[in-house]
Amino acid sequence: MAMAMMIRNAAASRRAMTPISGDFGGGLRSMSSWWKSVEPAPKDPILGVTEAFLADPSPDKVNVGVGAYRDDNGKPVVLDCVREAERRLAGSTFMEYLPMGGSAKMVDLTLKLAYGDDSEFIKDKRIAAIQTLSGTGACRLFADFQKRFCPGSQIYIPVPTWSNHHNIWRDAEVPQKTYHYYHPETKGLDFSALMDDVKNAPDGSFFLLHACAHNPTGVDPTEEQWREISQLFKAKGHFAFFDMAYQGFASGDPARDAKSIRIFLEDGHHIGISQSYAKNMGLYGQRVGCLSVLCEDAKQAVSVKSQLQQLARPMYSNPPLHGAQLVSTILEDPELKSLWLKEVKVMADRIIGMRTTLRESLEKLGSPLSWEHVTKQIGMFCYSGLTPEQVDRLTSEYHIYMTRNGRISMAGVTTGNVGYLANAIHEVTKSS
Amino acid sequence: MTSSEFSSSSSSSSSSPSDRRIGALLRHLTAATDSDNLSSVYASPTSGVSGGSVFAHLVQAPEDPILGVTVAYNKDPSPVKLNLGVGAYRTEEGKPLVLNVVRKAEQQLINDRTRIKEYLPIVGLVEFNKLSAKLILGADSPAIRENRVTTVECLSGTGSLRVGGEFLAKHYHQKTIYITQPTWGNHPKIFTLAGLTVKTYRYYDPSTRGLNFQGLIEDLGAATPGSIVLLHACAHNPTGVDPTIQQWEQIRQLMRSKGLMPFFDSAYQGFASGSLDTDAKPIRMFVADGGECLVAQSYAKNMGLYGERVGALSIVCKSSDVAGKVESQLKLVIRPMYSSPPIHGASIVAVILRDRNLFNEWTLELKAMADRIISMRKQLFEALRARGTPGDWSHIIKQIGMFTFTGLNPAQVSYMTKEYHIYMTSDGRISMAGLSSKTVPHLADAIHAVATKAV
Repeated sequence: MAMAMMIRNAAASRRAMTPISGDFGGGLRSMSSWWKSVEPAPKDPILGVTEAFLADPSPDKVNVGVGAYRDDNGKPVVLDCVREAERRLAGSTFMEYLPMGGSAKMVDLTLKLAYGDDSEFIKDKRIAAIQTLSGTGACRLFADFQKRFCPGSQIYIPVPTWSNHHNIWRDAEVPQKTYHYYHPETKGLDFSALMDDVKNAPDGSFFLLHACAHNPTGVDPTEEQWREISQLFKAKGHFAFFDMAYQGFASGDPARDAKSIRIFLEDGHHIGISQSYAKNMGLYGQRVGCLSVLCEDAKQAVSVKSQLQQLARPMYSNPPLHGAQLVSTILEDPELKSLWLKEVKVMADRIIGMRTTLRESLEKLGSPLSWEHVTKQIGMFCYSGLTPEQVDRLTSEYHIYMTRNGRISMAGVTTGNVGYLANAIHEVTKSS
Repeated sequence: MTSSEFSSSSSSSSSSPSDRRIGALLRHLTAATDSDNLSSVYASPTSGVSGGSVFAHLVQAPEDPILGVTVAYNKDPSPVKLNLGVGAYRTEEGKPLVLNVVRKAEQQLINDRTRIKEYLPIVGLVEFNKLSAKLILGADSPAIRENRVTTVECLSGTGSLRVGGEFLAKHYHQKTIYITQPTWGNHPKIFTLAGLTVKTYRYYDPSTRGLNFQGLIEDLGAATPGSIVLLHACAHNPTGVDPTIQQWEQIRQLMRSKGLMPFFDSAYQGFASGSLDTDAKPIRMFVADGGECLVAQSYAKNMGLYGERVGALSIVCKSSDVAGKVESQLKLVIRPMYSSPPIHGASIVAVILRDRNLFNEWTLELKAMADRIISMRKQLFEALRARGTPGDWSHIIKQIGMFTFTGLNPAQVSYMTKEYHIYMTSDGRISMAGLSSKTVPHLADAIHAVATKAV
């Protein structure tokens, strides 16, 4: 009885409210949507390229957009070491939740790659580290952590950078500043402007650095330049956060690709690192990565790790199991690890070879421009210098897909399409 | 103190490492460790300059109250210890279970050498999304037929709730979400970090160990119109207390009359009653009235895919046009969080859901798990009756799903842990999935002990 009255009252008060009309209890179809003011979001500038590529029916189409490795036949690759690891894992009876911090084994093996097999920091347990959802997840957790524990801080981001870096720190509500990085005239590093920005930033600022194979430019500081950057960071007390998504992929040698990090560690910085296995193990879809923060001592590392876990728990509780198991299986077995290192070198070498071929092809075509940067730059991407208008022409006239900043994913270049690509680039640039 | 008192194994260019270490220790020992106590201490800019950490002021966060139970259990050397903490299914032998259909699906995936490991789209595995929507809304759902549902693959239930929460915080006009009292411990944290204000509505009645329906109706009736309301689709966590179908209908009418936005957490479909359709009924009632809602699905328990983090968020909209725009905005939430979801678990689910034989086999395995839990409830109830344990323990067989809210208080829980090595969360929630015929007597003894003592 009381319930009926309550419902009648509710109905009466509801009728008095403006936005709701229509039959109560049944026909809510006349109600408008709560979401009608939701704007259609713009397509992601990187992932939207592949969507457009897939929709193109042209047989000549070329995808040099997203940074996913392709073999010389233009096919995605599952590494042999990964297939073998999968075979070994088949029939596993373990599907329980990982701890919030993920697979401890995978994390230990991953830290060794970044910090060195014999790192004293690992021995002294000074590194707070958790498994993350690839590099994106590591950057996002660090950004959330930075917001929570250094709430007045900002993040300095290089110009240009992977577009998602801006989204990550924005959603973490950490204000962003930029620092000079790419020099359009030389298509190389604007080192003096970079150092000026580092110097002029307030003491103790947070900087995002690409450890190797800068995305999207492929332009890395030299070893000597890294040393200078490190010294200036020391003088300014800046915090260095390294995004290392391409270890092994840049030069073919993981130790060499971690050099920038090793320099900072030698110089005594307490750094943070985001690591990803998406490219160097081809585990893109598995979402496997690691976030680490070097602390003063083991006790502090325990505290920091516990706080990182507090941020992971309300985001996804604990990270996915399968990819972590693949990584552990490969890295803890000397034979599989050795196979992996070989396969990483093959991928890196193929890309280096394609850089040479692309440059030579353009020069042979008699291009009026210099294409030296194609072989000077390193890693998966080449910052071609093409303008958005030229990129649009490449897409509409030649069915070649890349991001509008002129970034070419060299991993998508093959002996089969490099001639077509060079010709198309020449056609759209020869009058510049 | 001189720095030589401390081992020089760590490179330290800080000026007073000893002082810094003592400072960190003191802060750890004396500061409140409430995990929600956000430190307002700014990093000293000079700590970086002299080489100390900018995070030196951190204190250690407390253990997660649920996951921490297993940590404590693992440390216990007793041979009779019993883990009734985290809600992960165990067999009669106390072992975790990988479903047969999951094994078969995995084998199928491995044997298919054309499979690659590329990035999924931001929305995840599209086939998985479609099948998940069908599973929860029903294959004949008008909302699906009319293309009004957008579904995105997320990281299990937690991830689906978080993505949904962030979407609401960005795009919905009311930033308050009402959650049940009590609820799963992670719910308030998820929605707070998503950017919503969290309020509660009455749910559990300790005196009846059942539903406080009057309180629920009053609280939702008093909510600001348009507010979001989190609803447990079935097998309420932690209480195991669900509304009846009649009560659900009244809840639906009240919510629609006030324009309250339903956000369903469906973590136990098929696991509660043994029937996928029965456990989805409350959600389908809301969708049938043509209104909008959000649904977070998890495959952790009902497919035993805990560690693979497989779930889906569905948003039922008024029109397909709106659903398209909503999907595009969901992508903007996901991209800066983890770019795209993991492929492995979703692939397994897709193999099972798309294959008629595997699907049927799954429903049988699901029913077997649900039946075993129902049987454990009966056995525990009988065991307490046989011991003449004082009090009304009928809630053990009235409650549904993985958990029983025993009604034991923290002191009693603590006693049971200390004296009987039985581990549960301090709110008295026990995971029935962790019981077996062999261990029921031990649990009954412990409950009997605290019920007859003044603990």
